[in-house]
Amino acid sequence: MNSKLTETEAPARPGEPAGMIRKAGRHVSQNEGLIFEKSAPGKRGMELPPLDVPACNPAAALGADFVRDGIEGFPEVSEIEVIRHFTRLSTWNYAIDLGMYPLGSCTMKYNPRVNEYVARLDGLATEHPQQSAGLSQGCLRIIHDLKECLLAITGMDAATLQPVAGAQGELAGLLMIRAYLESRGNPRKKVLIPDSAHGTNPASVVIAGYEVRNIRSNDRGQIDTDHLREFATEDVAALMVTNPSTLGVFEERIHEIAGILHERGALLYMDGANMNALAGIARPGDFGVDVMHLNLHKTFSTPHGGGGPGAGPVMVKKILEPFLPVPVVVRTDDGRFALDANRPRSIGRVRAYCGNFGVLLRALAYILAYGPGIRQATEDAVLNANYIRNGIEDAYDLPYKLPSMHEVVFSDSRQKRHGVNTMDIAKRLIDYGFHPYTTAFPLIVPGALMIEPTESESKEECDLFIAAMRSIAAEAESNPEIVKTAPHSTRVGRLDEVAAARKPILRWRPSDEDRRPETSAVGLSKGPRP
Amino acid sequence: MRYLPKSPAEREQMLQAVGARSVDELFRSIPETFRLRAPLPLPGPLSEAEIIQYFQARAAENSRGFVSFLGAGVYSHLRSVVTDSLVQRGEFLTSYTPYQAEISQGTLTAIFEFQTLMCQLTAQEVANASMYDGSTALTEAALMANRITGKSRVLVARSVHPEYREVLRTYAKHTGIEVEEIAYQPSGELDRAALNQTRLSGAAALIVQSPNFFGVLEDVPALAEAAHASGALLVAGIAEPVSLGIVRPPAEADIVAIEGQAFGVPPSYGGPYVGVIATREKFVRQMPGRLAGQSADDQGRRGFVLTLATREQHIRREKATSNICTNEALYALVTTIHLCLLGKEGLREMALQNLSKARFALAELEKIPGVRRAFSGRFFNEFALEFPRSVKLINAALLREKIAGPFVLGRHYPELTKRGLVCVTETMPRAEIERFANALRRILETPL
Repeated sequence: MNSKLTETEAPARPGEPAGMIRKAGRHVSQNEGLIFEKSAPGKRGMELPPLDVPACNPAAALGADFVRDGIEGFPEVSEIEVIRHFTRLSTWNYAIDLGMYPLGSCTMKYNPRVNEYVARLDGLATEHPQQSAGLSQGCLRIIHDLKECLLAITGMDAATLQPVAGAQGELAGLLMIRAYLESRGNPRKKVLIPDSAHGTNPASVVIAGYEVRNIRSNDRGQIDTDHLREFATEDVAALMVTNPSTLGVFEERIHEIAGILHERGALLYMDGANMNALAGIARPGDFGVDVMHLNLHKTFSTPHGGGGPGAGPVMVKKILEPFLPVPVVVRTDDGRFALDANRPRSIGRVRAYCGNFGVLLRALAYILAYGPGIRQATEDAVLNANYIRNGIEDAYDLPYKLPSMHEVVFSDSRQKRHGVNTMDIAKRLIDYGFHPYTTAFPLIVPGALMIEPTESESKEECDLFIAAMRSIAAEAESNPEIVKTAPHSTRVGRLDEVAAARKPILRWRPSDEDRRPETSAVGLSKGPRP
Repeated sequence: MRYLPKSPAEREQMLQAVGARSVDELFRSIPETFRLRAPLPLPGPLSEAEIIQYFQARAAENSRGFVSFLGAGVYSHLRSVVTDSLVQRGEFLTSYTPYQAEISQGTLTAIFEFQTLMCQLTAQEVANASMYDGSTALTEAALMANRITGKSRVLVARSVHPEYREVLRTYAKHTGIEVEEIAYQPSGELDRAALNQTRLSGAAALIVQSPNFFGVLEDVPALAEAAHASGALLVAGIAEPVSLGIVRPPAEADIVAIEGQAFGVPPSYGGPYVGVIATREKFVRQMPGRLAGQSADDQGRRGFVLTLATREQHIRREKATSNICTNEALYALVTTIHLCLLGKEGLREMALQNLSKARFALAELEKIPGVRRAFSGRFFNEFALEFPRSVKLINAALLREKIAGPFVLGRHYPELTKRGLVCVTETMPRAEIERFANALRRILETPL
């Protein structure tokens, strides 16, 4: 297709059709042990300026019983060894910066570098959360400005930016629902959750003191409103709905769903994990949502960092405002900003200080870069998902056929006939130079392949992905073994997860060095993988 | 727009491919009434240069140019530029949770090292891959103690960080956990007399912090003994973990909840930080959060995977040990790199410098008439002072000297009026300590 690509084409491996893998080339990765295995007494990687006050004797200062000896096994390595160690480790990771990361529900989009730059500015990274509001006007204004932007995007009335992850936002939102209902006389007992929901939803419900009641989706993957009517009884506090759902499909009857709940005195909670399909297009505040959280590390591009940090602001309608966690950033009459902790109806604090400020400011930098043009990002995200859906729809089974928004969910039912499942296909994608999609979620699709490309992918990258998926579908028929035993190109093959859980080894110990298997990745006895 | 990699012609081609006449058609499943017609009222779009200008302007509205003696849970320590340059590698910064182990060995190996370092520091057997921060780690430790013991009452020292206790109360309220507070004594340590066996018996845990919010070290072995004698667990919170470079680790505690910010993470107005839970091996299945474990592939090559996931929400849903999903992985990495650089000697030296500087500062400040230490207990790098007038007034005057003064203890402890917390780390030059002492002397010499 593109003659330039042939130069970097991966060499064919035994049993592999030549020329199918276009994105990934061969790459030498360095072997590296654990940092503890490089340690030797007397080495160090950081020196401190000399002490400019008299040195005290720790035993005299604290009492001998309170002083520890040196820490056994603690690393002693030089600066260059630290650089090489972590640089080598880094090359063993896949990343957004290397290519498409189509994890459904995770919204792995480009993380702009200017956001990293401004988060490190002197005067922002250096600020102490306990310093007075007078010394924190810049930080408070950043929180305030972001809050205003998020309110505009969601169409809600008030917000807290304290929760530091989506799951914590869920908890804060549920606690506000509880406090609101309690103020009206009865906190109620249950929260309804569709069977397609994220696992954090039910886990958060329990901490908020509610029982989980699962409700099923209909044959179109939408909330069954008849079922909802039957279940939304007097003891139901709220429904937690993800919209678009985890199938990547908009809940077409969302307003009716809100009506059913409101009629019975219950509230509508929206999990905003999929807000990347709506920003600039539609506002949850307009279609009946009472409370929702956003994942700034998804929709608003703050880096995932290998698992975190994130931020999970919660946006609410006016009726829930008195219950927001403390403190709340307020603007005083003279235009200055302050923290208001004197809010007697508040649910309290969910985290110390003002939350993940460094994440909040990155999200603001992202929004400022787009302005109202954030709509274009949403449009491109939805276009990419539909383009990929169209490109592989004839090769994979699509169990729910409603229009896709930012993600699309296939099932492995066609490949299963050849003994190939979603995990095998996912692992084989690695050989093609892609991170896998989300496997086996949502639970309502057996053997799910959940694909979310985001707006950050070019047409070329989408085309490569489509070609890879089609090629794997063909392999599943012609050479299922190569798919079932994938990946073939990585430093390690599939790791034994059962053994890891049965007899967990969760830390390095000095004695482990002697017991290290001679065929470990650091040894060369069997050589690196082809 | 610079972040979007498509030309108008490519968008057209892609729309054609999917059989849509316009982009609007892609949103046809959203009822017409809810589709926005007008652009959102958002500031921007801004170029990169303008974004930098906006944030530089905000930075100038903060505390730049002020010298700060604030600790109170967040500590300023030396960091190497190496840490920041390594964590900005895209392979660390822009990767997801390492569920796909084969292409996440970098992150998984680093997590395994992080867990090991946390165990070494705390003298515990297992540590998780991170919690949000110290406040939520301590709270999750309380919930964990409740699961382990089946008892619902926890005793928490009043000398635990006030905001941590607030978070604990928020989480405890509807999980059926009763929180009871235990007073402190004049030394600043937990009041052992208030901790009689009646209160301890039937409790899931005794929760303390060491150094506590007043900077005072608790006698962890003795408290553990008292707790264990009544069948309660001891939860030890550590908000200033640099202390572990010189102070005896809380080996006797059953669960240790750490705020790791002091290990190379900038204050950043409150976050992101990195919490950790460390505990005994026998409690591992009751732990919240992710865990990386060692395994091997079919050829016997060592590799690491996320393990014991059956505790977690994505598998167990409402029966999970916690609702935590996203954690603070990148800051666990910051901490890991920072501690590898500091190493065994460096951490001890840093801790000793803190110990020495705090003592020098206390001696200088106590020379001022009317200023004396508020508590007599052992301390690391932070101590409470009693002043002859309100700390708020003193701080207002110190601001004119470009000094962010002591933390006002009266904010959280009504009985501690005229008391403030002073923190001195290795970053504070002697000259600034002396300038602070001189300024304070002048302020107190000036009649109100």
